[in-house]
Amino acid sequence: MLANQIGYYSLILGFFFSILIVPISIKNFNNKNQIIDNKIFSISFFQFFFVLVSFCGLILSFVNSDFSNETVFNNSHTTKPLFYKISGTWGNHEGSLLLWLLVLTLFIFIFLIKSNKHPKKYRILTLLFQQVIIIGFFLFLLKTSNPFNYLFPIPKEGLGLNPILQDPALAIHPPILYLGYVGSSIIFSSSLAAIVGKYISKVWAKHIKVWILVSWIFLTLGIMLGSIWAYYELGWGGFWFWDPVENVSLMPWFCLTALLHCVLVLEKRLLLSSWTVILSIATFMLSMSGTFLVRSGILNSVHTFANDPERGIFILIFLFTLILLSLVIFFVFHKENNQDIDKTYWLSKETSILFNNWFLMYFLSVVLIGTVYPIFLEVLSGEKISVGSPFYHKLIIPFLIPFLIFMSIGPNLNWIKSEVKKINIQIVLSFTISLLVSFLILRKIGYVGLINTILILTAFYLFFITIKDFFLKKFKNFSQNFAHFGFSLLILSILFNSILSSEKIINLKVGEKFSFREEIITFESIESTENKNYKSIIGNFKIKDKQNNSIQLKPELRIYNQPVTITSEADIKTTFYYDKFLVMNLVKDNEYFNVRYQVKPFMIWIWISTILIVIGGLLSLFKRLYEK
Amino acid sequence: MYGKKVKLRILFLFLALVSIILSVYLILKSLEENVVYFLSPSEIKNLTEINSNKIRIGGMVKNQSIIIKSEEINFIITDFKNELNVSYSGSVPNLFAEGKGVVAEGYLEDRNYFNAVKILAKHDENYMPPEIKEALGDK
Repeated sequence: MLANQIGYYSLILGFFFSILIVPISIKNFNNKNQIIDNKIFSISFFQFFFVLVSFCGLILSFVNSDFSNETVFNNSHTTKPLFYKISGTWGNHEGSLLLWLLVLTLFIFIFLIKSNKHPKKYRILTLLFQQVIIIGFFLFLLKTSNPFNYLFPIPKEGLGLNPILQDPALAIHPPILYLGYVGSSIIFSSSLAAIVGKYISKVWAKHIKVWILVSWIFLTLGIMLGSIWAYYELGWGGFWFWDPVENVSLMPWFCLTALLHCVLVLEKRLLLSSWTVILSIATFMLSMSGTFLVRSGILNSVHTFANDPERGIFILIFLFTLILLSLVIFFVFHKENNQDIDKTYWLSKETSILFNNWFLMYFLSVVLIGTVYPIFLEVLSGEKISVGSPFYHKLIIPFLIPFLIFMSIGPNLNWIKSEVKKINIQIVLSFTISLLVSFLILRKIGYVGLINTILILTAFYLFFITIKDFFLKKFKNFSQNFAHFGFSLLILSILFNSILSSEKIINLKVGEKFSFREEIITFESIESTENKNYKSIIGNFKIKDKQNNSIQLKPELRIYNQPVTITSEADIKTTFYYDKFLVMNLVKDNEYFNVRYQVKPFMIWIWISTILIVIGGLLSLFKRLYEK
Repeated sequence: MYGKKVKLRILFLFLALVSIILSVYLILKSLEENVVYFLSPSEIKNLTEINSNKIRIGGMVKNQSIIIKSEEINFIITDFKNELNVSYSGSVPNLFAEGKGVVAEGYLEDRNYFNAVKILAKHDENYMPPEIKEALGDK
């Protein structure tokens, strides 16, 4: 009760401060003084502080199962474990928006403190643009999705959190992903501020790169967590399904990755300034439209909390306002600075980065069209369609080949101009080794199609080039090296995983067995146990291979009490070579269980390589912070 | 003569334009080939011709219609006006049950038989895909 009240009133106080910042900053902006008024710092801190208090209030309401709060009532239950009571705070529409707001206010406060080497006008402009976003979110929250709505009479029991969200990976997936999404808001505001304040320079590029790295790291991690969760919880045995909600997180990632590389060109050569700004705007717009598509109920998925059209329309109007604002600012204020374009040659690091940017934009448009086209078609003609993975695979996989080649060669080129004769013995040697390795592997696994063959070859090429660079290159760039190495490993593991995976789906009774490849899988018994908020049925499966080695897998069915839902928990035996994945479902309370058994090679390497890519980002981030 | 700067710009714009046109063409063409249409059992009945494209069918699983064998599951999808027999061998989601909404992806054999290759998972007991809601709308 009390926590709820405090939460609500501090949210309103926070809104008050967020409006108060605007006139004070404008006054300070017109001031001759070169220092930002201390008042702005304190008000910005208060804005963050009150949103934080409000967020803690909501968490407390969840922890205490205070069902006088509508959000808590809709999404929690007294028998839920404490951990999921807390994670339930952002496992719903209202709470997750409050989290967005919290991160928005936190980031702008950090930005203000950390940017003291930069001109006052630029900092205040960034603050003002960020306030536009923050005020928009405050209005959205208070008007359409207040997390502190009061319920009377107070219900005795809540409706519970969707059980498939009751999972450790998914408990931290939204906050991490949001840090990535919201990080792009700072990039957006700061680019607009840099245009208006005529501050686009090498110094600015260096400074904004830190923010790009931060959001890129969180976005990558967030996508990975979601993917890991989908792998073991949804029981489909895959890690990426080209589901619209997955796509909307991938689109800003493409954009941010492109931005991460092109800001390097801006930093070193002061080229591509318009392109950098366009990418910054696009990244944030894609993050926002991701939120819009996911939250508005247009896309069906586990993420769809709200089916309230008012909310969808609000986000849509807000989105268009921001797009309009940024376009106007871009065209009115942006002037090409005097670039030394005369010193641009085809064989150079910047052109290869530019080419890779093009490819990323191409991947982005494929995913964008595949995701948005069905929505438009339905609105326009009423026809309902879906676009499946063949579409994406067909359009993306072949173009990964030149992409990988540019990734291998680019880092070895010089800025401005490279000589062709730089193609030396080491590069030829790496190519020969990768040719040899791919040949040996393909002889073992058989023909996999022309495009896959070339893709394996180029991925190995990147793999060996990055290893060579790691040991032999004179001026090492560890972050780039790690990230590119991780990417080659990622492509290789995904390729071999998809080529070599095999599965068997069968309906079994207890005591029956089936053989699969060279293994015999026996469904030995089932046992059931009672847990706090669910009953579980555990199946005992024995898998015996040719050498009579056997392992036990125990997939589980959970029958949750509130809401009454059955979920399957796959049991996975992970080794460095393969994952053995077993999941079972009950059909029609029958004695038959629907059993899916999969052997998925190199599954763990997909996660390891993603972590390597993130480490690459972290290394670069630490280097930046240390340099300061 | 134009300066090097201008020439470079023109070449660059030209390249960008060509690649944009090419990629748009590619995307639209494969979109045409790879979309999966969504139909209800009644719409199937009214089809003039049956082609071999992959489609999705949405409706309710008819009561008392699920028959389980070791390699196969048979059931009937209904929209309370028309019915369609489905045979399926594969894994079923947890919320697949009689009297509940379902979306099946696969190929039509004729107007009465459907070979499903995938049954789509739903995530929530209370949630019904809008397609099904709409298909059942005039019930």
